[in-house]
Amino acid sequence: MTSATATAARSVAVARRRRRLRLPRVGLHFFLVTTAVLWLLPVLWALYTSLRPYSDTSEHGYVSWPSTLNFHNYTTFWTNADLPHYFFNSLIITLPAIVVTLFLASSVAFVIARFSYWFNVPLLIFFMAANLLPAQVVLTPLYHMYLRMPLPTWLSDSGLFYDSYIGIIAINVAFQTGFCTFVLANYMKTIPKTLGEAARVDGAGVLRQYFGIILPLCRPALAALATLQFTWVYNDFLWAVVLMKSGGKQPITSALSALQSQFFVDNNLIAAGSLMVAIPTIVVYALLQRHFINGLTLGASKG
Amino acid sequence: MAIDIAQAPQMGGARRRRRAVRLSVGDRVAMTLMVGVPMIVVGGLVWFPTVASMLLSFTNWDGFGGVSSAKWVGLQNYDQITHIYPPFWPAFRHNLYWLAFLALVATPFGLLLAYQLDKRIRGTRVYQSIFFLPVVLSLVIIGFIWQLIYAPDQGLINSLTHHTSSDKHFIDWLGDPRINLWAILVAVGWRHAGYIMILYLAGLKAVSPSLREAAAIDGASEWHAFRTVVFPALKPINIVVVVVTVIEALRAFDIVFIVNKGRNGLELLSVLVYDNIVGEASRVGYGSALAVILLLISVGPIVVFVWNSFKQVET
Repeated sequence: MTSATATAARSVAVARRRRRLRLPRVGLHFFLVTTAVLWLLPVLWALYTSLRPYSDTSEHGYVSWPSTLNFHNYTTFWTNADLPHYFFNSLIITLPAIVVTLFLASSVAFVIARFSYWFNVPLLIFFMAANLLPAQVVLTPLYHMYLRMPLPTWLSDSGLFYDSYIGIIAINVAFQTGFCTFVLANYMKTIPKTLGEAARVDGAGVLRQYFGIILPLCRPALAALATLQFTWVYNDFLWAVVLMKSGGKQPITSALSALQSQFFVDNNLIAAGSLMVAIPTIVVYALLQRHFINGLTLGASKG
Repeated sequence: MAIDIAQAPQMGGARRRRRAVRLSVGDRVAMTLMVGVPMIVVGGLVWFPTVASMLLSFTNWDGFGGVSSAKWVGLQNYDQITHIYPPFWPAFRHNLYWLAFLALVATPFGLLLAYQLDKRIRGTRVYQSIFFLPVVLSLVIIGFIWQLIYAPDQGLINSLTHHTSSDKHFIDWLGDPRINLWAILVAVGWRHAGYIMILYLAGLKAVSPSLREAAAIDGASEWHAFRTVVFPALKPINIVVVVVTVIEALRAFDIVFIVNKGRNGLELLSVLVYDNIVGEASRVGYGSALAVILLLISVGPIVVFVWNSFKQVET
């Protein structure tokens, strides 16, 4: 075989490929549009159901044209189930948990990334592996620990970690710190070492390097992690269900399991209630999508 | 010259320079706290209870009073769980199905979406946002939203097929123990695929386009090029995805708890741990032994993940 025939064969292959390209592209778009519609269907169906009065759906069935659409189900569930109260509970758990997690994680990450000690790798493993454990592995002893760990009554009216906000914040922090440490340590390693050295020559101590130089430079990573943490902590269900007994103290996601028997009397209310509880995460995702995805991929790849 | 002498020690290489850095007492205290406080929090609330789970799984502690009242019973809890505790094997099997479904259906589908969206097509951002949307929803919300689809009389599917509970061919999607696990898994896969898609999209960006073009010009079919060129280049992400998939399958709890408290076909190991903490069935030894079984299954993926990420960091 001469090289000429090889070249000819190759150009034929290229031409055939070009011709083939058109058709698969149509198929590809068909596949993507169909999948996207199916993907949105559960959420859109919930939205549609939530906007219809129960009387309308009970008369015509759920699969029917609407005679009226309104926000009655939302207002009913909002007031009857005392939703603002539970949203507030979520807020007093989620915000401190994010701040404390990022503070603890960034300080460990700072030491790991900016200094070379023999214990850096074991330390990182200690934090990272903790993040990967299924929560149920620690659940039984944790429950009994919380029942025996005292807190001053001004922090917890039960006088214990059990059934207290501090307890729920603490366990969220403990479980999330590992992931954030890993991401931040990788991120801090990309900041040139000379920056810290220059500061050291100027007489800046460790704390000033951390607060004054490294933390401000980590803003993109911190923003990404805060977005992710908000979603994970807000969406958490297990901790408050096991470690709190007063229904009135539970964050909204956990409270839903108790509220459902009382207030979710028909599909229309279930739909409205679920969507309302999902709104904060959907809004955060819509506004901060870039940060959100950065956070996930920072953790998955080399930062 | 004086300048030369002053500079000389600094030129002795990075090693010596680093040693020359003297940390003040204040700096040392600060750094000890910076590492120490997080270690106490994570050590006290994650590692201590993990070790406690292991120890308690060999005792008959009833959870009341001091731990000193516990008696060492060896493998008795494990023996009883595997032999006389009826929900154990169903739960174990369900966790395996869960893992198999995520690994063989949802994860490959996420990869398929990522692969297709990585070709420079119009509207790729919009598609990505749509496929990723379920990931930001909690599994509790997902449980409720899918109940609107699966509900026996008012649900979307049965409404569309005109089947009501009085019907002979009626399917109770969430109530029938033969199929409810799979109905739930469709909802779980809906969320999982979007998550995997994002991870793979990041990985695919790192695969050089010239590699793919070269394969295409050689006349390789798309499937062949994917299998021999693209997929092997995704190895680092593949490991992350495997770990994420296994851990997600072991953690599963919220959605089955919301649907029916994890009974009647929806038993999972995590639910059994919960059942043995509160309620009349409370048995610390059982709960701990179940936790250890979960731990044993998850140790493999955790080790692989940690090892892999350090190998990456070093190179």
